[in-house]
Amino acid sequence: MRRFLNRWMEHGIETLIRLCGISAVLFVFGIFYFVFREGAGYLFNGLNLKEFFFSIAWHPTSVTHVRYGILALLAGTFSVTVLAMVLAVPFGLGAAIFISEFCNPRVRELLKIVIELLAAIPSVVWGFIGLTIMNSLIIRWFNTPIGLTLLNGGLILALMSVPIIVSIGEDALKAVPDSYREAALAMGATRWQLVYRVLFPAARNGLLAAVLLGVGRAVGETMAVLMATGHSVRIPTSLLDPVRTLTATIAAELGEAPVRSDHYQVLFIIGIVLFTITFCVNLTADLMVRGIRKRQA
Amino acid sequence: MVTAIPRVDIRNLRIRYGSKEILHGVSLDVRSNEILGIIGPAHSGKSSLLRVINRTLEFIPEARYEGTVCIDGEDIRSMSDVYALRRRVGMVSPLPVGLPMTIFDNVAFAPRMAGVRDRHQLGETVEECLRQAALWDEVKDRLHMLGTKLSGGQQQRLTIARALSHKPDVLCLDEFSIAIDPVTTMRIEDVLKSLKAKMSIILVTNLVQQSRRLADRTAFFYNGELVELDQTEVLFSDSPASRKTYEYINGLFG
Amino acid sequence: MFEITAHVRKKQRVEQGVKFLFLGMTLLMILPLLLIVGHLVYKAWPVLSMDFLLTNPIRGMRAGGIWAPLLGTLYLVIISLAVSAPVGVMAAIYLNEYAQDNGFTRVVNLAVVNLAGVPSIVHALFGLGAFVLFAGMGRSILAAALTLAVMTLPVIIASTKEALSAVPRSFREACWNVGASRWQTIRHIVLPNSISGILTGVILQVSRAAGETAPVMFTGAVFYKAIKEGDLFAYGLMDQCMALSMHLFTIATQVPGVPESLPYATAVVLLGVVLTVNATAIGLRVWLRSRKKW
Repeated sequence: MRRFLNRWMEHGIETLIRLCGISAVLFVFGIFYFVFREGAGYLFNGLNLKEFFFSIAWHPTSVTHVRYGILALLAGTFSVTVLAMVLAVPFGLGAAIFISEFCNPRVRELLKIVIELLAAIPSVVWGFIGLTIMNSLIIRWFNTPIGLTLLNGGLILALMSVPIIVSIGEDALKAVPDSYREAALAMGATRWQLVYRVLFPAARNGLLAAVLLGVGRAVGETMAVLMATGHSVRIPTSLLDPVRTLTATIAAELGEAPVRSDHYQVLFIIGIVLFTITFCVNLTADLMVRGIRKRQA
Repeated sequence: MVTAIPRVDIRNLRIRYGSKEILHGVSLDVRSNEILGIIGPAHSGKSSLLRVINRTLEFIPEARYEGTVCIDGEDIRSMSDVYALRRRVGMVSPLPVGLPMTIFDNVAFAPRMAGVRDRHQLGETVEECLRQAALWDEVKDRLHMLGTKLSGGQQQRLTIARALSHKPDVLCLDEFSIAIDPVTTMRIEDVLKSLKAKMSIILVTNLVQQSRRLADRTAFFYNGELVELDQTEVLFSDSPASRKTYEYINGLFG
Repeated sequence: MFEITAHVRKKQRVEQGVKFLFLGMTLLMILPLLLIVGHLVYKAWPVLSMDFLLTNPIRGMRAGGIWAPLLGTLYLVIISLAVSAPVGVMAAIYLNEYAQDNGFTRVVNLAVVNLAGVPSIVHALFGLGAFVLFAGMGRSILAAALTLAVMTLPVIIASTKEALSAVPRSFREACWNVGASRWQTIRHIVLPNSISGILTGVILQVSRAAGETAPVMFTGAVFYKAIKEGDLFAYGLMDQCMALSMHLFTIATQVPGVPESLPYATAVVLLGVVLTVNATAIGLRVWLRSRKKW
């Protein structure tokens, strides 16, 4: 009897596990579906794609001349991301190399924990830091009237993506077999020669993946750029111009756009654009990391 | 003369991994209370054959097999309770596997999974199996130590004790000695000789001399074929039926 | 014979220089942040107190505490994790232990990994489209919590899978060999030996759910809502609520004339909650790793 009950329970649990597996899949694909669903109506019927991608005119609430051009927003996202990466990549990889190759195990563990904690700081707190501390610093240093600029957003995003670059980069370096290190050191190479001549080539894909994941994070970040970059839709010409990104636009306007209006649907279409960009970036990074694993196995 | 039903009867067994066939139609039988040695170079399908007998080959997604395998005349494919089948077949893998639990729990694992709850009964089983595996004297004072903390040779005997804990009719050993020292190997060989009285033993090994020491009959596998199966003395004599066998046993290839 | 030549000396100098350069980079990344956090705490100090935590915001959020947003965040985190932790862990068990390795599973694995990197604002759009509108939940705690659950789900699946696959296959085979079923193997061998990794992954998502703003902003969080102070059950499932992260955003950008210390204090509380949770996870991991059994 008891045995029968056990078997029955086991069967129940296995069914539950299968159901969860399948429902998780549904959730995951649900994201594609629902974001497309809300935007699809206007995307296929009414949206001028050429204007959408190549116009800088974003006047969603204008009474007479409604324009949905996201070129300036794309430029905003692009410029903030590039700036963030210019700052974050050297520091991130440098720190990854230091942690993985140059410091003793105690310090390494400590630094890894600190970096993990940094990665956990919520984006709204970063945004707040940009709004207050960075803002006043930039005003003081550059003598400008307002500090909510491309530079501010780039700095904040750099600080936000550094932890990801460090931890993935460190993983990539750690994945290089110790025999490579021993061989290089046995031939009289210094640590730096080892890093430069052996580890960089061997861990190239993983390091690239680290950078890509940093890019993914920077492109998708919402609250921090919403609060720190100022709010003007234009293509920036200097570091001290305020900009506006795709993500910030959705966050700022979704609340006001009437449900199912054109404006509302366009915001979902921007969501689709964002989704596509980040998905491609992450997919590439994932394939690279997987490539490493496969070669090791 | 009464012909007894063989303990394990394998008829025309073919095993494929994906599109690659690694065992091309093998037939052999294992009698009660005998040790059957299986020798042959690596990749001749010996390990996969063992996996078929307790149906764990089914956990390898791309693996398929054809032919019939019967235990005491019963086709293993038609058995509804695959777990009962696996309890009738003890399996010892090449590398020792101490499960990450205490020595006691390692040996009591199988009976517990089969539904035995009685603490006293479990204790008896554990002692009996550890004694049979010649490990009892070394661990009787520390049964609640982690099994994974034992030495390699001790872990291999722990694995054997675990395989004995579900009272198998057939004990399969797959190159059990490749990761342990010669002294322990000899001790386990003695264990096997004494276990023969209770069960059939299939001993897959790439040490031909091990088979010569232990086996009543020996089978020689080469390239997925059963080349020869005969009394061990015949196989190891100067005139086995196949020239290949003679060459392999005498180290001319392999 | 082993004289130090000029070449070697140069090599050594480069070596030292490089080491200090990388050390400098690491410190330059960490030190400013410590300063920033110190600055936040310094600015927040005057208002930080138990009273601040336990009273509602008053006078148009220009005074008072953060009770309503704090409780709202607690609700959102608990409900979302109550959904995503079991579903995520079981889905990972399914993918790692049961699913056959075929094209479908590979696509699912790929999707799971990559969805972990989808921006939170896209999750906000999804939550609005799926839960608020399509499922008819309206803007409510339930809809917001489910949105957060879907956001954390892929990460929980990924971290759980990693923890499960760290258990050697030989353990599983040993169990199958003695007649244990798949579920018995999972229950008695796989789960006990991967639980630390699973828990760490789940706890890290607690802090992520607590800190996210965008996904709750359009699905259930409101700028302002007064609730009964000291009552842990002040919100209903279909109510809207305040959330700590959104409250910080609101008083920092949307409300003029807020005294400076209030947003600082809110930021410090949010940061404190998130870092405490993460430190717990890290501590748990270190402790459990020291007791690793093989």
